[in-house]
Order: sequence, then C-alpha cells, then structure tokens
Amino acid sequence: MTGLERFQDAFLKPELIARYWPDILSGIAVTLEIAVAVVITGLALGLALAVIRSYRSRLANAPIIVFVDMFRALPPLVAILIVYFGLPNLGINISGFAVLWLVLSLVLAAFAEEIFWSGIVSVRKGQWEAARSTGLTHWQTMTSVILPQAIRICVPPLTNRTIAVTKNTALGTVIGVGEIMNQGTSAMSLSGNATPLMMAAVAYVVIFVPVVALGSWIERRFAWKRA
Amino acid sequence: MEIFLFQFLNFDIMRQAWPIIFGGAQMTLLLCLAVIPLGLAGGLVVATGSISHSRALRLVTKAYVDFFRAVPPLVLLIVIYSGLPFAGIRMTPFTAVCIAFLLNASSFYGEIFRAGIESVGKGQWEAARSTGLTWVQTYRHVVLPQASRNVLPDLVSNTVEVIKLTSIASVVSFTELLYAADMARSVTYNTSPIVLAAFLYLIVLWPIVRLVSRLEHRLGH
Amino acid sequence: MSALLDVRGLRKSFGTTEILRGIDFSVAARELVFIIGPSGSGKSTMLRCCNRLEEPTAGQVVVDGVDLMAPGTDINAMRRQIGMVFQAFNLYPHMTALGNVTLALRKVLGKSREEAEAIGLAALDRVGLKEKAPSYPSELSGGQQQRVAIARALALEPKIMLFDEPTSALDPELVGAVLGVMRDLKAAGMTMVVVSHEMRFARDAADRIVFMADGEILEQGTPAEIFGDPQHPRTRDFVGELSR
Repeated sequence: MTGLERFQDAFLKPELIARYWPDILSGIAVTLEIAVAVVITGLALGLALAVIRSYRSRLANAPIIVFVDMFRALPPLVAILIVYFGLPNLGINISGFAVLWLVLSLVLAAFAEEIFWSGIVSVRKGQWEAARSTGLTHWQTMTSVILPQAIRICVPPLTNRTIAVTKNTALGTVIGVGEIMNQGTSAMSLSGNATPLMMAAVAYVVIFVPVVALGSWIERRFAWKRA
Repeated sequence: MEIFLFQFLNFDIMRQAWPIIFGGAQMTLLLCLAVIPLGLAGGLVVATGSISHSRALRLVTKAYVDFFRAVPPLVLLIVIYSGLPFAGIRMTPFTAVCIAFLLNASSFYGEIFRAGIESVGKGQWEAARSTGLTWVQTYRHVVLPQASRNVLPDLVSNTVEVIKLTSIASVVSFTELLYAADMARSVTYNTSPIVLAAFLYLIVLWPIVRLVSRLEHRLGH
Repeated sequence: MSALLDVRGLRKSFGTTEILRGIDFSVAARELVFIIGPSGSGKSTMLRCCNRLEEPTAGQVVVDGVDLMAPGTDINAMRRQIGMVFQAFNLYPHMTALGNVTLALRKVLGKSREEAEAIGLAALDRVGLKEKAPSYPSELSGGQQQRVAIARALALEPKIMLFDEPTSALDPELVGAVLGVMRDLKAAGMTMVVVSHEMRFARDAADRIVFMADGEILEQGTPAEIFGDPQHPRTRDFVGELSR
C-alpha cells in the first residue's frame, strides 16, 4: 500500500463515507436547528435588554449589567455543564438540546445587549430631544428614530459575534446533543476509523467558511459606508 | 431554595474539592501562559503575511485565516487529538491543545493585527523610510507599536476569548480547571465544584471584561 | 389678556450649580418674545424647561392653562402643542424630509399615511421646500435642514413655538431664508419664543425683548426700550458691546 492509499484508508474510506453520511446529515440538521434557534432568541433577548436599559432605571439596569458581564466572562462550556448537570439534581429534567439552546442564547444575548447598547448611546442626544419635543413617547422614539440608526452601526460586530456563538454549537457534543461533531465522533469509535471525524470536520468547513466570509464582507462594506 | 443551595453552593463540597480544583486552576494558568504567547506570535506572522507584497503569500494567509476562523476550535482540537493518531501521529493532550490554539488564535489575532497595521497611515511608512530605516525597522519600531495601540481593546477582548476557550481542553482529558471541576462533580454528584470553577473564571475575567467595555466605549464610536 | 405660556418661580440646578434662579415670565398669544443675554446665562435651559426636555428643579410652567408639572398631565400630548426648533436641527438622518415631518403626525396623532403626507407637504410648502420632500437630510443645505425642522414642528399645529438658537449653526448666507420663514410665521399669528443672537431680526420683528444674565431676568421691554434706553447696567454693557 502506498502512503496515499494508507492515508485514504484511515481518513477517507469510501465505504465508510457511504455508510455514515446519513448520520452526518442528521447532525447537520441538528446543528442548523440549534444555530437558528439560538440566533433568534439570543438577538431578540439582547435587543429587549438593551431597550429596557435605555429607560435608565437603576433597579432594572444593575441585574442587566451583572447578567451581561457574567455571560461575557464565563466560558460557555462551564455554563453548559452547570445547567446540564445541575438542573436534574433539582428535579428539573431538560434535554441536552434545550440546555445548549438556553445557554448559547444567554451568551449571545449578553454580547448582543452590549453591542445594541453601544449602538443606542452612539445616536446623538439631539435625536432623542427632537423626537420627544414632537410628542413621541420613549418607546416610539426608540423604535422609529433611535434603533433604525443604531442598528446600522451594530450590524458588523453583531454578525461576527453571532457567528462566534453559533460555532459553539459544537460544544453540544460534550453533553450528547446529536449535532455534527457528536455524530462524527460516535461513528469514529464505532468504525475504528477517522473517516467519520473527517466528514464532520468537512461539514463544519462547508457550513462556516461561507458564513465567515459573509461576515467579513459585511464588516468591510459597512466600514466603507461609514467612512 | 435549600436544595438549590445544597446543589450549587455547597461549601462543604467546595472545600473538599478545593485541592483538585486549585490544581486544575494552575494547569489552566500554565495553558494560558503557553497558548496566549503562541497565538500572539502566530498572529503577528499571519498579519505580516497578509500585508505582504507577494500576492501568493497574501492569498495563502487569507485562506489560512478564513479556514481557521471558520472551524469551531473544539472540532479542530478533536481532529488533532483523536484523528491524527490514525495517521500514526500521537501526542499528549497538552501538545494537541497548543497546536489547536496556535492555529485558531493566530488567525483571530492575525486579523486584529492586520486591521491595526492598516490603521497606521502610509505617511508613517514614508517618513520612516525617508530617514533611512529599513522595512523591517520601520515595521517593528514605527508601525507595530502604533498598530497594537490602535487595536488594544480588540487584542484584550480576544485574549479573554482565548482564556475562556482553554476550558475545551477538558474534552481531551487535559486536567485544567473545568476538567478538575467536572471530575469532582462526578465523584460528589453535586454541581458545586463546577460553580466554584465558574467563580474562579469570573474573578479573573470579570474585571477584564469591564475594562474592555470601558476601552471600547472610550476609543470606539 | 391671558398668557399662553406662563412661567413662575422656575429654578434649575445641575448638581450644586444653579443655572436658573427663579424665572418669572409670560408670553401672550401671537406675541414674539426674544430672549437675549450673554452665553451661560441660562437662556437655552429656560427654553428647554418650557417643554420639560429639561426637568425643572422647582417652579411652574403653564401652557394654555395646563400645568406641565402636574402629575396628571400627559406631557407627550402637551409637547406636540409646543413646537421646538434646535440649534443643530436634529433631523432624523434615516428619513426623508417628508418622513421627518410626518413621523409624529402618524405616531402621536394616529393619522393615516395619506393624511399625514398631505399635512406634511403643506407644512413643507409653508417653509418653501415642498419640492425637497423626498430628499434626505444629508442632501440638504444647513438652511434647508433647519426649515424642514421648522416644518416638522409646524405640521403638528403647535400653539407656541420655541426656537433654540435656530441660526447659530448656519453659514451667514443661509440665515436669511430661515429668518424669512420665522417672519412669515409671525405674520400668520404664531406665538414664538426665540433664543438667538440675531439682534437685527430682534429689533425688527420682536414684540418684546427679555434680557437674561446669570440665571435671572434682569430687564424686559420693547425693542426700542431695550436697545434704545436700557435701564440695567448689565443690559447696557451687553447692548453696547453689540452695537460697537
């Protein structure tokens, strides 16, 4: 056997590719499902918290700031393990999928709140004053005047942070969520061959390389428009 | 409430688990001391490649950066640690983690350094070269100091991400903080050891996260 | 004659600094009152207290018989009756001129889009900018932006309009058109309070001049009285400085 054949035998064995691609495919479906769910709830929660913070009530702001700082400082895997192993001990049974969705949503919400908030405060004070002087309420001013201006500034950092958090879906493998990595590693130990692992890795590359490229395109485009 | 405190803030269990968790914390520190300099150095190399006059070199660095920014670090780590032995390449968890972090962190640091270098005006290059400094001298003494200063918040914030990321080394059985805490959890059937580990992460990282938002609010926008 | 705007004992402090030290003054319907004084005298702060963009520390602000400080007052409903024009225009950059003018019509008064646009176009017409309705603020000159801002306030049919240094941010050649619009408003019977350094305009158009310094009203009277025969030494200094 030549070196190349041996390499192919260990990493790209055709019959193993044929046998395991349905598993990898179902893993892709799970990864995409979690990613979409996390993006929706994470961004929505982050935006909601930033809007609440704009009312500048000390009572609401202190917990928001603590929450944001905590989830920005804590490694997501640590939070995942605390929730995954802690809740059953309290008699709350929750699936690995739900834990992953919950924790990653909170992480994304924390980062998104910070980004939305800096976008909101970057809108000049005169915009608030002009809108309020025509009788618009705080909420109307926020939704019609401030956020449309703030969100433009937020798009590039938000895109990059969203991509970073969705990449963390791979952490689900640690708590047995059947996403791509989990399918790949269990097929690897079943078959005693690295081919399924390579398939999983390729699946990530295929999904995320275009997403990352899109992210840097957005970043450059918006940077150029602002200049 | 009582059961919550028992499960998450059990000081007896925390006290028992402390020696093993403290050992893990030291390993995490060691890991950080290895992977942060590796990532920064790799990032400088990548950034230098991405501003090179050679088109080929620029393309290669761009492909490298795009690729390793796209692959989730955990995937990279597992491929290196569990995949490479099939090619006869075996290594300790520590080495595997270092390699994975070098590849991952250098691509992120590289992009940050590149943005910093591009933020330094052309005039700086021209002024330095006109006084007889070589390209390397200009790069090192004139451009890089300004570049790093301009992107300091991003460098610090990425370093926070790297420190947080060291927790994935637990997946390949490297006995860092999270691995030690999880071991204590599985022995005690109690979540408090992981909560204790979380506190340790927070004690170190919370002030840095505060600092980063300050820096960003002051320099940005 | 009852006052349309009545300010009583108005005080405002920022921290320990007292900006307004008890202001009493009133404006009658159809009157154009000019507020002058050295910078830092509290003119803008007083004006901004009149629609509670600035929260007064003490005192009373009554507009058309409604106490703005009373707990039951719907401040948003009152604000749409108190038009305000800012030094920096503060147009919404992401909306067209027409969008700027119609936003409050739709959101505060609940008008339909068609109705709001008809009113908005009429308001833009009054400031001579009907044809600029689809333009974005960045495509307009400073003077045009300020006229759109006036139209934005005007569209809500306010009972009184407050002008906070409306021409200070403009190039000299653009000031005339804005002052022209203000003159037209005066002719149409609008009640106006103007903080401004346009002394020529004050002399020509104002019914009354109020001189403020150090957070107090030192003197008020007709333009002829204030400019021709100022009583208070501070007023004399200020007016003398200007005419030199």
